Amino acid sequence: MTTGTTTMTKETILKVEHLSMKFGGLMAINDFSFEAKRGEITALIGPNGAGKTTVFNCITGFYKPTMGMITLSRSNGKELLLERLRDFEINKVAGVSRTFQNIRLFSGLTVLENLLVAQHNVLMKASGYTILGLLGLPTYKNAAKAAIEKAEYWLNKADLTDRADDPAGDLSYGAQRRLEIARAMCTSPELLCLDEPAAGLNPKESLTLNALLRDIRDEGTSLLLIEHDMSVVMEISDHVVVLEYGQKISDGTPDHVKNDPRVIAAYLGVEDDEVEEIEEKLDKGIIEEGAV
Amino acid sequence: MAYTTENNQSGLMAKAIKEGIFAGLIAFGMFLLFVGIETYQDINNQLVWRTRWGLLAVFVAVAAIGRFVTVGFIKPHLDARKLAKAKTGVLEISDKKSFFHRHFLKIALVFLLCYPFLAMLIVGRQGSLKYVDNFGIQILIYVMLAWGLNIVVGLAGLLDLGYVAFYAVGAYSYALLSSYFGFSFWLLLPMAGILAALWGVILGFPVLRLRGDYLAIVTLAFGEIIRLVLINWTDVTRGTFGVSGIAKASFFGIWSFDVGAANNFNKAWGLPSSSVYYKMFLFYIILALCMLTAYVTIRLRRMPIGRAWEALREDEIACRSLGINTVTTKLTAFATGAMFGGFAGSFFAARQGFVSPESFVFLESAVILAIVVLGGMGSLTGIAIAAVVMVGGTELLREMEFLKHIFGPDFTPELYRMLLFGLAMIIVMLFKPRGFVGTREPTAFLKERKAVSGSFTKEGHG
Amino acid sequence: MVRPLKDRIRGKYMEYFIQQLINGLTLGSIYGLVAIGYTMVYGIIGMINFAHGDIFMLGGFAALIIFLILTSFFAGIPVALLLLLMLLVGMLMTGLWNWTIERVAYRPLRGSFRLAPLITAIGMSIALSNFIQVTQGPRNKPIPPLVTDTYHFGDITISLKQILIVVITSILLFAFWYIVNKTPLGRAQRATEQDRKMAALLGVDVDKTISITFIMGAALAAVAGAMYLMYYGVASFNDGFIPGVKAFTAAVLGGIGSLPGAVLGGLLIGLIESLWSAYFSIAYKDVATFAILAIVLIFKPTGILGRPEVEKV
Repeated sequence: MTTGTTTMTKETILKVEHLSMKFGGLMAINDFSFEAKRGEITALIGPNGAGKTTVFNCITGFYKPTMGMITLSRSNGKELLLERLRDFEINKVAGVSRTFQNIRLFSGLTVLENLLVAQHNVLMKASGYTILGLLGLPTYKNAAKAAIEKAEYWLNKADLTDRADDPAGDLSYGAQRRLEIARAMCTSPELLCLDEPAAGLNPKESLTLNALLRDIRDEGTSLLLIEHDMSVVMEISDHVVVLEYGQKISDGTPDHVKNDPRVIAAYLGVEDDEVEEIEEKLDKGIIEEGAV
Repeated sequence: MAYTTENNQSGLMAKAIKEGIFAGLIAFGMFLLFVGIETYQDINNQLVWRTRWGLLAVFVAVAAIGRFVTVGFIKPHLDARKLAKAKTGVLEISDKKSFFHRHFLKIALVFLLCYPFLAMLIVGRQGSLKYVDNFGIQILIYVMLAWGLNIVVGLAGLLDLGYVAFYAVGAYSYALLSSYFGFSFWLLLPMAGILAALWGVILGFPVLRLRGDYLAIVTLAFGEIIRLVLINWTDVTRGTFGVSGIAKASFFGIWSFDVGAANNFNKAWGLPSSSVYYKMFLFYIILALCMLTAYVTIRLRRMPIGRAWEALREDEIACRSLGINTVTTKLTAFATGAMFGGFAGSFFAARQGFVSPESFVFLESAVILAIVVLGGMGSLTGIAIAAVVMVGGTELLREMEFLKHIFGPDFTPELYRMLLFGLAMIIVMLFKPRGFVGTREPTAFLKERKAVSGSFTKEGHG
Repeated sequence: MVRPLKDRIRGKYMEYFIQQLINGLTLGSIYGLVAIGYTMVYGIIGMINFAHGDIFMLGGFAALIIFLILTSFFAGIPVALLLLLMLLVGMLMTGLWNWTIERVAYRPLRGSFRLAPLITAIGMSIALSNFIQVTQGPRNKPIPPLVTDTYHFGDITISLKQILIVVITSILLFAFWYIVNKTPLGRAQRATEQDRKMAALLGVDVDKTISITFIMGAALAAVAGAMYLMYYGVASFNDGFIPGVKAFTAAVLGGIGSLPGAVLGGLLIGLIESLWSAYFSIAYKDVATFAILAIVLIFKPTGILGRPEVEKV
């Protein structure tokens, strides 16, 4: 846990402004804004169906938002509007990489190959877009060697070195999660987005994961994660944003959020006399019951 | 499992008899009209019919007995073997096998290099024609086509049912450009490849966002459109008559294989005049083209583009999240596959000396795809084996003169070629849904190269 | 069916157009019936049953053989009875075939490698057409015209066989619609289509439901095959492929998985084909069909009445 004072001085890496996303008649995200700071772990939390994954998919280019602006500031000072980039450019140009809620590995490729695929763009350039590499020029050979070294580095971090030559589909669930993170890191991202990284992990695996995530942050990559498991969130995040029914209900340090009555109401349900208040909200049309 | 073995045995027999009778009844129903009755035209060109009860009885008996034997004997035997295997815990993939594989490839290559000479030694000059041309060249063309399609289907996981279109583009490129402009084979071979690749991009671009079966159907439609255009654009392609008199390939421009030419190969080398030498030359060309295809495929698999293809087959969405441009990746797969199809096509035109739209029907696409899938998607060795078995097997059928002694002089084995081919496709798939070689060789390794079992690899979404 | 050119030149545009509409509708009914088989099988087990076109061809041959047998034994048999028997025997025959095919070649591969059933289906298609080539010979089989009556409305000619085709198709479609929407069997089919595993857990006999779906699809294809024979008066072992692909195009055009879509798609393909032949060129009519297939898939892969498919991340 870090103190709230240092966060104020850090520069912003991701700025989401007035993000709205509509599916048919359903307003999944309604005028949602938040910022993530460089070098921090930012957590996006909220009850089921709050729209977290939708926000995530907007940021990582899988959905085009109905409205709003998503700005990413790169360390070289360039500012990019993510909603204008094509899906693969989010990673290639903006340096944002992500994992998925239901793990998406290349299960028929080995663990090592998974990490090499992640270095596609670097290797493509080194191989002269295949043509020079086909002729067997040394530039590609060196790059290929460097790629394997990088993969080894992340294999080591993710504690997967022993399984490097096994098919990714053969790994245990926890190891698959770690591999997916290692694979995302092999693209050398500035911002790593994790969709429920702790889901389905046992307590021991969860601890290893926390250590890995802190490690990644300390190496200079910023993290944005969706999480369900409050204990994980409270333990590792520097900054927490709470989403409910597509709207932001709280934003601040873990301690701040933990004590916010609106968050407590959202997570724990509410007392009887507060039900009316919620119903009022429903009437105003902010919430759609089907959304849950 | 309270039954005793004896009880089990008699129960099994009763079941087998019951199933056998049932299968016989079903077969009787199915074949009653189509086998039991024969329709034919009489001298007045009137359609009449006669019965063939004997043949029908054979069909029914085969079905009944086959089912009886399967249920009563083969299945229990297979189950017992599976059980024994599971008990001993022997894994299906062992390292020894892959070691053998590597040697197998060397032996196969040496054999192929000597093959035309061996054929000539054993069956003489004229006799070898059949073995070099009908078996050697024919099979190698299919090997090359299947290896080309393998890049699209086996590696990138894009189901292409219209691959024959690129074969047609290659063949017609050579046929037309050599007839109209007199360009040589060696100039047109690369050009045909490039043109086919270009068509691959043109056809590929609009359809690549489609997935799975939809992609398959659109590629089928494109394949048919190209064939129909070839049929109907008579001014250029001469329609169904086809283009004939296509120039032969020369010995790299040094010697010609045309009989009348001054620099005739056979004359220059003092060989008797025979088309065998040209066929042998063609055999080595197609062998070299196959080797080129294999070399490029193996090299590409170890390069980022090849890995991206395989990654695309496994999970397209994950690819996008890793910054891989899936559109260009798919297009390169399409274009590369098409290019090899184009090479094979121009070779085909040079070998036949004649092309017509009839050579590029959907059935050809289906056969090539079947070879890829039967061989085991992505495995060059498996695909080559599948080509030898399927194409060689059906070619062999033409040679089975002795069958005439069994079934009478009217029996023409060629008629049964495609029927058996279709049945073989079904049977192989039923027993080996992942093809002959179900494992995948990894493209990079840290400590040791372990084959990846087919149960992990995916077959792509589109 | 194409009217002589001189009529076109004389300026009877409207009549000519209506005549083409009628021809197209007739052809479209046949395609629609075959398309239902494709769409049902695709809906319920998610595979393109490549052999379905050849089932259609088998239906035509069954009708042809029954026709020959009956006319040689009972020379004066009423046409209506003859037609009815041709249809019934054809439906039984192809139902049995499709049941066996599903049982032997598709069911063991259910849930396996996705390409495997597609390859067996292609293999089955090759095997079926060659089986007929081997057992019945490669030549075209002509039969004498069954129904020859025609009716004239001004300059428009409607033949009785066209009316028969459209009427029979309509009756079948209604019966079919009733089965799928109003009976327990239809409910089981729809449930299996939605979620096979859940349907099985809720007591639907999934294997049986799928078998019945194949039988129903085959029966409709057999009717289409018999009517195709009646319409053109000739059958060939090769008849499965092109009409099969066209019917599949119809299913895709209408939105694969949707029954009304299949019929609508069939009618559209029939109309496009006859109008294209009438106004542009007969030679390129198949190109037009395939081009439409490609265009629809590229711009609206879900077809006219299909449900949109959402990409899950």
